[in-house]
Amino acid sequence: MDSQSTQTVADNANLSPALRVHNLAFYYGTKKALEGVTVDMYQNQVTALIGPSGCGKSTFIKALNRIGELEGDITIEGLVEFYGQNIYASNVNLNQLRRQIGMVFQKPNPFPMSIYDNVAYGLRVFGRISKTVLDETVEVALRGSALWDEVKDNLRKSALGLSGGQQQRLCIARAMAVRPKVLLMDEPCSALDPISTMKIEDLIHSLRNEVTIVIVTHNMQQASRVSDYTAFFNTDESRIGQLVEYNLTPQIFGAATDSRTRDYVEGRFG
Amino acid sequence: MNADLSSSSSIPSTGVNPEQDISRKGNFLMDEGFVYITLGFAVIAAGLIFWMAAIITEKAWPAIQTFGIPFIWSTDWSVPAEKFGALPYIFGTLVTSGIALLLAVPIGISVALITSENFLPQWVRTPLGFIVELIAAIPSVIIGLWGIFVFIPVFLPVQQFLHQTLGWFPLFSSEPPGPGILVAGLILTVMILPTISSISRDVLRSVPVTLRSASMALGATRWETIFRVMLPAAASGIVGASILGLGRALGETMAVAMVIGNTKRITPSLLDSASTIPAVLANEFAESHEGLHLQSLMLLGVILFILTLVVNIAAVWIIQALSLKGRE
Repeated sequence: MDSQSTQTVADNANLSPALRVHNLAFYYGTKKALEGVTVDMYQNQVTALIGPSGCGKSTFIKALNRIGELEGDITIEGLVEFYGQNIYASNVNLNQLRRQIGMVFQKPNPFPMSIYDNVAYGLRVFGRISKTVLDETVEVALRGSALWDEVKDNLRKSALGLSGGQQQRLCIARAMAVRPKVLLMDEPCSALDPISTMKIEDLIHSLRNEVTIVIVTHNMQQASRVSDYTAFFNTDESRIGQLVEYNLTPQIFGAATDSRTRDYVEGRFG
Repeated sequence: MNADLSSSSSIPSTGVNPEQDISRKGNFLMDEGFVYITLGFAVIAAGLIFWMAAIITEKAWPAIQTFGIPFIWSTDWSVPAEKFGALPYIFGTLVTSGIALLLAVPIGISVALITSENFLPQWVRTPLGFIVELIAAIPSVIIGLWGIFVFIPVFLPVQQFLHQTLGWFPLFSSEPPGPGILVAGLILTVMILPTISSISRDVLRSVPVTLRSASMALGATRWETIFRVMLPAAASGIVGASILGLGRALGETMAVAMVIGNTKRITPSLLDSASTIPAVLANEFAESHEGLHLQSLMLLGVILFILTLVVNIAAVWIIQALSLKGRE
């Protein structure tokens, strides 16, 4: 564990972490779901979280923008820092935090309103904005998520009429419209066909210039294609999730130090 | 085994191995039978509406011939003079139901939100929703009695205060006798509240939770999420619930008849007594034996029938229009 972290830090002396997680533990009620997670997620890099079902990756990502606590009785121990600020401190404004750390969900979840209103939603929530600024932001966000050409003539149409892949790109545009610093993606392609998946992966490549991306994925090829860093999660004997190994993606997929990581990326379990 | 196979392929199939038999047997009759039985009941239920409409219209026919369309806006209602008109009763019905709708919709939505969102602990929400729904189980005559003996005396000082301080305003311009339009409207509010709140709650609960998460993840507060996402997503259902409530208010008889004062009157003042179509029907049927009086009451029934029909058709239409807007 020690050797890994020194190695990672050494490789990235010139990268600054957007999110630092130190010794994070996570409880649903009294049941421990995750423990001892320490990881830095670097600015403008793509970090993939992989691991078998139930290993706590989704739990972990939902702790990063504090959306998990909407789902029930949750306790967190340890430290999560967003640019040096503890996001679990009592003086944190949750709305500002979540605006800075956007999220794309497993299933596309556009609001039942027009395409335009979906993208404009986050901006409107934060006060009155002139129509020209709004129009411009919507266009930029939709261009950024490679959806503009497909929907520019139908901006007033309901978002629910789009295909699954278009809906997911709309959700990415919606999240990017408020200019977050970090974008969390919780298995964003698990409900999509291969072509839509490819488009989302292209999008992840282009977005990393603007934003730090953390992506949970079940698909190891996807992790190796899109990410710079990979974190492998697994459960121990007592079914508590933990971080097994974290390193540059080529290292994880080519020369993992932990045998469990090697077994997993070679498809021997999970 | 071979013999079995060859015999089963021949027609007519005699001597089929019972384990391979696929021919119709006795229970098919029951299966078919159920189709016709259920169809029969469904047709009877639907037919009842037309039958009732036909009978009431037939009984009202002489009144329709005598008074014609002006019956609707005539304000006469005199048994000795045999002059009848519906307007005061239509007025009372619409105004009391309107008051009820105006008050019950915001209260009902609040109850639905409190019970469907999780800002209160479960042990507060569940009993709260249950108790509000229990209101629907109270017989309306009991609510009427409560209105007469409890609510009217308690509310009279409030009415007097309204009249004394806001008497210059037409809505409060008359001396309150106790029973009246406002009291009836408030009683109706209580009665339609469970309809609106329970349906709205079910609709709000059916809005996917991922929409709430999406909104919160964009930095919206809980109330922004409720007003911008949850309520719009549930709008068609809430409108439907409200109009079902309105339908109930329009037709409510007993409790209204007990607290509205039963005077034939068109008045701007909510503190005045008045009457509604169901109330006048309940009050006058017993003493009207035949002739134009009875026929006019029947005609009032036809008008109420049409009124509720229009309201319900409007509900269906609005729900479809709104849910189409979401999909397009």
